[in-house]
Amino acid sequence: MVALRPDQSERLVALFALGCLLLTYPLLSLFNRSGTVFGIPILYAYLFGAWALLIALAAIAVSARQPPRPPDAPTQS
Amino acid sequence: MLLGGVIVLISFAYLGVLFAVAYIGDQRADRGRSIIARPEIYALSMAVYATSWTFYGSVGRAAASGPGFLPIYLGPTLVVALGWVVLRKMIRIAKVHRITSIADFVAARYGKSALLGGLVTLIAVVGIIPYIALQLKAVSTSFEVLLQYPQVLMAPKGQAVALWRDSALYIALLLAAFTMVFGTRHLDATERHEGMVAAIAFESIVKLLAFLAVGAFVTYTVYDGFGDLVSRAAQDPRLARMLTLDAGTHGYGSWASLIFLSGLAFLFLPRQFQVGVVENVNEDHVAKAVWLLPLYLLAINVFVLPIAIAGLLHFPAGQVDADTFVLALPMAYQQESLALLVFIGGLSAATGMVIVETIALSTMICNDLVMPVLLRWRALAIAHRADLTGVVLAIRRGAIVLLMMLGYAYYRVAGEAYALVSIGLVSFAAVAQFAPAMLGGMYWRRGTRNGALAGLTLGFMVWGYTLLLPSFAKSGWLPISFVEQGALGITLLKPLALFGLGGLDDISHALFWSLLANTGAYVAVSLLGRQGMSERTQALLFVDAFRREGPPGSSWRGSASVQETSALLARFLGPARAESALADYARQRALPSVQQIRADTELAGFSENLLAGAIGASSARVVVASVVKEEPLGMDDVLHILDEASQVIAYSHQLEEKSRELEAASAELRAANERLQELDRLKDDFISTVTHELRTPLTSIRAMAEILQSRPDLELDRRQHFVSVIVKESERLTRLINQVLDLAKLESGGADWHSGDVDLRALVEDAVASTAALFRERGVKLALELPDEVPLLRSDRDRLTQVLLNLLSNAAKFSPEGRGEVQVMLNVLPSSLRVDVKDNGIGIDPSYHEAIFEKFRQVGDTLTDKPQGTGLGLAISRQIIQRLGGRLWVESQRGRGSVFTFTLPREAPLAGGGA
Repeated sequence: MVALRPDQSERLVALFALGCLLLTYPLLSLFNRSGTVFGIPILYAYLFGAWALLIALAAIAVSARQPPRPPDAPTQS
Repeated sequence: MLLGGVIVLISFAYLGVLFAVAYIGDQRADRGRSIIARPEIYALSMAVYATSWTFYGSVGRAAASGPGFLPIYLGPTLVVALGWVVLRKMIRIAKVHRITSIADFVAARYGKSALLGGLVTLIAVVGIIPYIALQLKAVSTSFEVLLQYPQVLMAPKGQAVALWRDSALYIALLLAAFTMVFGTRHLDATERHEGMVAAIAFESIVKLLAFLAVGAFVTYTVYDGFGDLVSRAAQDPRLARMLTLDAGTHGYGSWASLIFLSGLAFLFLPRQFQVGVVENVNEDHVAKAVWLLPLYLLAINVFVLPIAIAGLLHFPAGQVDADTFVLALPMAYQQESLALLVFIGGLSAATGMVIVETIALSTMICNDLVMPVLLRWRALAIAHRADLTGVVLAIRRGAIVLLMMLGYAYYRVAGEAYALVSIGLVSFAAVAQFAPAMLGGMYWRRGTRNGALAGLTLGFMVWGYTLLLPSFAKSGWLPISFVEQGALGITLLKPLALFGLGGLDDISHALFWSLLANTGAYVAVSLLGRQGMSERTQALLFVDAFRREGPPGSSWRGSASVQETSALLARFLGPARAESALADYARQRALPSVQQIRADTELAGFSENLLAGAIGASSARVVVASVVKEEPLGMDDVLHILDEASQVIAYSHQLEEKSRELEAASAELRAANERLQELDRLKDDFISTVTHELRTPLTSIRAMAEILQSRPDLELDRRQHFVSVIVKESERLTRLINQVLDLAKLESGGADWHSGDVDLRALVEDAVASTAALFRERGVKLALELPDEVPLLRSDRDRLTQVLLNLLSNAAKFSPEGRGEVQVMLNVLPSSLRVDVKDNGIGIDPSYHEAIFEKFRQVGDTLTDKPQGTGLGLAISRQIIQRLGGRLWVESQRGRGSVFTFTLPREAPLAGGGA
């Protein structure tokens, strides 16, 4: 049992707030226009980019507290 | 040409594999080598969120509204970040209280209320039925489409298929059978289904791979990557609108409300609760799911837009339903095996959802709807059946069949009218109603049972009115005028624009009104009402879940015998499990055997907790109550509680008192210390003064004596003079020493006091008589003013005489020689006697009026004036008068003589006189 580390919770709550900000109006409207980036529509590029960023940040936030994995549970993703 | 038989065969083969996975999972779990005890499996099982709605419907929605399919997955992405806080708390609570469903959770939180559990179950069932219908529709549609291979033909709409020829019916029956085998295979009917979780995780992989396969095929084989598809779409005005979010009609508002709605649904859908909370093996697995699950959702959405564009480019408008593009595209390009894989992927998405959802719902129906009713109505009959595990399982199996049939019925009636996504959103909005009672229950102590009841009821009613009834109306069940003109023709009651609220899409509109009514009623009723005893206990246990360790304490006040308890457990859990549970219980308490277990409240609490895992919290309460001999809360208990409380209060009062006393004592000590230092200084002064005063007469005595010794020839009269000086100085010395001793005695309180009746008038006369010689010698006139009679005093005669003599001799000494006049007056005052001694001497400056009563203070120029006394007389007099309860003071002006006055109270306070 890993004790609850408040800073971990706070990071994830902050991440939640960041996600709410990134994925809704008004920031969303800045990218809601025609045109493409590397052949991908700007809006989709932005949404998937922000989404991937959130996932990466979440992975970083929780991995800092991960206990050492036992050898029989290899990391896979 | 794919024959229906081939498809069916492959489907069965797939289900067989699924069953094998589940079987292995269960076997491993039984041998204690769980394969699901790893975070990746947990995250994958949570991906049951992605159903056939995701698999087929996302493309349909993308074709209709561009990026509008994404919020459904962004919501969970955001919420799962909060999962570390919210989900973990739910898991902790569920573990401690052995909660097996969301209805159980709500019921347990609000005082194990069976009514509340039933209501939540009802809402969940009514809300989820359309969702199950959606899965049936998806599978049956994909089956029908696949049957037409290689042609891509849509099943004709609006034509009623005969019941026995409807593939959806068979699919429903098949899924029901499959779910029964999966979810209720165990005879012990406990809460965990490890095999099922393993199968669900497996299905999550299958559906992801199938979707990625078709996506990659369409994007990279048929077309030349994302860029190619996007640039083609951009040239077609019909497709170009898919590339941006339509900000016009509902736009960003719908976007945000869908994120919000899907976030809530992710937490409160019964199947999400089942895999996320109930089936969770280890709280720490949540950490990995926080990023792995969003990654899964992102992956399954990457190819949605390309497939939608490709479908719209390939098929003529309106010919092929966009919901089937995923399947129709590989068919159109003659990819037989890919089409089959897609079908299997869709099947796995649907079966995964149906299995978990119906297991979760059947648990709720059994534990929170049927069992409480059975136990209450026929409490004796049901509670005394030898083995109830069979009954429990039968109820659950019946519930599964019922749910599937209801889903099928909804599909027959309303399914054709809606796209997949719309049906799903109706269900989402229904489960969102749990949010206030659940979140409030976890974080707000004051939330009450009545509040939750009111909130859920209102929210559910508004949801039904604004979403469910319109869907019936659109399906022709209700007159369409209900939607267009409002109920009873009242415009304000139009279900899609309640109270005239426009500008929102149907879902946002319903979500707003229902959650407003729900939260409002919950908060208002909670604030106005009061919590019962058990409600308050449960509220504390839930809200402070992280601050407590271990199972909750027993809330029972009675006990059941071990035999009865064991029999009860065996009835619901089966004999083997009951026995091992009791053995564990004994081992935990370090008892040698089950026979040693004491029938106490702890045992009752333990059995309730254990049974809650099988039949739900409220039913467990009822069942245990049937064997526990509950001792009513007697007067003794109440008094005991009161006693404890008042003891605590008294103790705290005592502490306050003590600290106040300590403060006072330390202040006293400080003062005493200062006083001691002052006294020490005074003592030093006193000693130096005394030695000085003693030396003066000694010096003259010694001088005279030396003269007498060295001059034996001195004439007689000179010798006489010297001797008389020596005698006088010796007397002075003796007097001084006596007075010093006297003062020391007075100050230390060691002086002798003799109480007796004193006639002050006689005393004054005596004193005057004994000082008459002195006055005469100095030629001072003495006048007396005495009343005829004075009341007797209870006082010390000798001491008073001492004071009077001192005052009189002072008066004689300080009056001018020859023309001095001294008056002595005695007056009787109402409460005291007063003596004044008045002279016409040089007087005393007012600044010295107090100083003259100090030791060795003589006023005047000590260098030139010959000391005329010891300087102790007045100090001793004042000590005496004060000791006798009176006052001694002087009134004087320089050059106008002085009046020394003392008063003595007529009621003498000389208590304990001779002390």
